[in-house]
Amino acid sequence: MTETALDWHAEVFATLQAEGITQVCHVPDAGHSRLIKMCEEDNAMSTVTCTTEQEGIYALAGAYLGGAKGVMLLQSSGVGNIINALAMPNTCRIPLLMVATMRGEWGEFNSWQVPMGQGTPGSLEAMGVRLIRVDNPEEVPMAVKAAARLAFDGEQMVAVLISQKVIGFKDFRELAK
Amino acid sequence: MSDLHRRDLVIELLKDRPKDLLVVSGLGSSCWDLANAGDVAENFYVWGAMGGAAMIGYGLARAQPQRRVLVLTGDGDMLMGMGAFATIANNPVQNLAIVVLDNGRFGETGGQPTHTSGPADLAGIAKAAGIPTTATIAKQAEVEPLKELALKTPGPVVAVVKVVYEDLKFVLPANSGSYLKDRFRTAILGEDAA
Repeated sequence: MTETALDWHAEVFATLQAEGITQVCHVPDAGHSRLIKMCEEDNAMSTVTCTTEQEGIYALAGAYLGGAKGVMLLQSSGVGNIINALAMPNTCRIPLLMVATMRGEWGEFNSWQVPMGQGTPGSLEAMGVRLIRVDNPEEVPMAVKAAARLAFDGEQMVAVLISQKVIGFKDFRELAK
Repeated sequence: MSDLHRRDLVIELLKDRPKDLLVVSGLGSSCWDLANAGDVAENFYVWGAMGGAAMIGYGLARAQPQRRVLVLTGDGDMLMGMGAFATIANNPVQNLAIVVLDNGRFGETGGQPTHTSGPADLAGIAKAAGIPTTATIAKQAEVEPLKELALKTPGPVVAVVKVVYEDLKFVLPANSGSYLKDRFRTAILGEDAA
């Protein structure tokens, strides 16, 4: 992992804190692993590991009913697991902030990641989610801040899609050698 | 076989309802049961989101740790979201009870048998997932202990109540999600929440 990659995790964490995010739901992803660790170590953040991403969408909707703001951390493959769950924040006008790391697009080595990765933007848009795409690590914190404002002030479902360019190439075949 | 009737049971559960109690329904029959027992702003009626009721209640319980949260749902909804048992047990909250009104049927779609009409045991699944307090209730004599489990016992609690499969009148609450959300939030957070 590069120095730049280390920095954006810490800045995103600080941004989430500054925006009043107290509930974090995730299905682990390597691209989010440092951010997840920071959330887990912070007593003011309530962090829940879900068995499937749709649980997180429902838990965050419930948290908002109780007055708390949250974020869903997921990978593009997990977007396929939340489509029907998005009906709730959509029809209830419940703000939803998601940060998704992309697979299946930039130099993907695993063909199984390609269909959902390529289908992620279209699937989210079809359900009414606003997208903020990020291709550079230094843009991630500001994108998360903008997304949080659009979600909680604008009463929208918003996803920050972090390009695979930011995360970098992944090739287990190298590791398997 | 159980001789418990869901409408009577929910009325009994919510009689003398504690002021701080928040109730989330599942979709379908349990939503109509909750509306039938008396509409208050501290009810959140879920008209869809199949598989989601337990997690909606869980998220609410995490955000409102001082208040008791009761999820009233059905076996179809709970079967679709069984992973919630593992997630909730793994990161437990004390103020959450999930009561599953289990008639063994998909009630809204023609009464097709669910997996609990077959071998599936939702309380057993919840227990195996790590939920510390689980129960299966099937007799009138167990309704008082059920009230204790639903309203007082430190959670997370999962109580499965075997109920009669019966054709009941629809009792429909308001169905606008945004209205129900604003009504619920302003009731517990104040007018500024809208």
